[in-house]
Amino acid sequence: MPFVSGLKCRECSREYPAEALNVCDFCFGPLEVEYDYDTISEVISADRISKGPLSIWRYQDLLPASGENPVDIMAGYTPLLKAPNLGKRLGLNNLYIKNDSVNPSFSFKDRVVSVAATKAVEFGFETLACASTGNLACSVAAHAARAGIRSVVFIPSDLERGKVIGAAIYGPTMVAVDGTYDEVNRLCSEVGDNYPWAFVNINMRAYYAEGSKTLGYEVAEQLGWRLPEHVVVPSASGAMFTKIWKGFNELACLGLLDGVAAMSFGPDQNTVHHPAVTTRMHMAQAEGCSPIVTAWKEGQTQVKPVRPNSIAKSLAIGNPADGIYALRVINKSGGSGNTVPESDVVDGIKLLAETEGVFTETAGGVVISALKQLAESGAIKPDELTVAYITGNGLKTQEAVEGVVNPLMVKPTLSSFEEALSERTAIRR
Amino acid sequence: MGVLVRIPTPLRRMTGGLDKVEMVESNLVDMIDNLESSYPGVKERLIDENGELRYFVNIYVNGEDVRFMDGLSTSTKSGDEISIVPAVAGGLGLY
Repeated sequence: MPFVSGLKCRECSREYPAEALNVCDFCFGPLEVEYDYDTISEVISADRISKGPLSIWRYQDLLPASGENPVDIMAGYTPLLKAPNLGKRLGLNNLYIKNDSVNPSFSFKDRVVSVAATKAVEFGFETLACASTGNLACSVAAHAARAGIRSVVFIPSDLERGKVIGAAIYGPTMVAVDGTYDEVNRLCSEVGDNYPWAFVNINMRAYYAEGSKTLGYEVAEQLGWRLPEHVVVPSASGAMFTKIWKGFNELACLGLLDGVAAMSFGPDQNTVHHPAVTTRMHMAQAEGCSPIVTAWKEGQTQVKPVRPNSIAKSLAIGNPADGIYALRVINKSGGSGNTVPESDVVDGIKLLAETEGVFTETAGGVVISALKQLAESGAIKPDELTVAYITGNGLKTQEAVEGVVNPLMVKPTLSSFEEALSERTAIRR
Repeated sequence: MGVLVRIPTPLRRMTGGLDKVEMVESNLVDMIDNLESSYPGVKERLIDENGELRYFVNIYVNGEDVRFMDGLSTSTKSGDEISIVPAVAGGLGLY
């Protein structure tokens, strides 16, 4: 059984039982999962984790759903790739790529959905649903197929084809909404009020979001139970950004990091900061939708909604639900907010592909371009251990990079080939 | 015909379970005052101590976020549909 003690409002601290709730009845603040860390600390160890499954469920002691019979298509345990070629280009000698684009449905969303789907089945829901910018729809449909339950996915009607097909193939009921993601989300919250469905990012959100903590755990484990000095993370709602930070701090407080003494979580589990966690959290958003970074640059404590207009559609949330919390994490960690010009997004995709052989979607292009800015400005020093999170696969946003296709057109003869080759002066034998 | 106000789950305890109520057209400040007189307790859930819309509450008039309109001064007319939606969105749980 999971070590969950209940839910607690992040704003007014009112407590609730661990049910399918995500909003405080009193102040409408978000509810967060509370854990029985005393019991967790008695059972958890690096050794126990290392013997677990090669998926997010190796961290089941720190997840809010039971790992005994999870809805698991093997999300997580993705490669942490040393990136010497990209590092050389950027002047960074200690750079890693967390390649989460190779999850079963090709984005990090499999981590959160595996947790949400498991919880939904535990609660007895028969329909898994979501409001999605694309990747989530793919993952919800895939996990529902695995669980043998129905899925209903709501998407903006202008999504990239790769994401639409990547979701439709699993057989969901797909609802294409003539509007932005924020409008889709609003519609879904009203649908959720009227249908008994498990919306992974609405009434399952408290549980769902916890799945992103595994992005923090895995990087720490893959680095030999230590933390990077810098991470660069893409942000849409801001939830993943806050959960990576939470994951780092949980590991530190539980004494799982190399050379770090355990520490009490204290009364406010969700904002605990272990002094040994010195990772600087750098957020990456595209210029066409950067409400959280804009608030950070202006020194605001609240996030003003914007109307998104970005090719990084998976980051195009104008009214980010966890924006203010992500803002606090940037500040607490000594990190930064970075906006990337729309024209640099594709450059970032190409740079990662050409240097490290990793093909990411537009959100990853935003991350690499932000990383480049941070290296150029000196915010990240050459020898500092840095991890860039690549959270989605390039095959889903092929439209953004169609211009790269420029083959030599030849007849099936050697002379035709050699003629064409000689016309491309850049290509040498 | 007045305006139709859709009530989210967290407020339905105060509206006796009603998921929508009819109100006379006005601006949103007056509408919330009217809601409060019919359903005491609603106002403090929506408006903070400075008289502003609470951070985690979104109000939409015909699907448009009032933060992009005139905020709480936004006026409504007969036939409008108003949605009150938690910013992190709601949910029913199981029936």
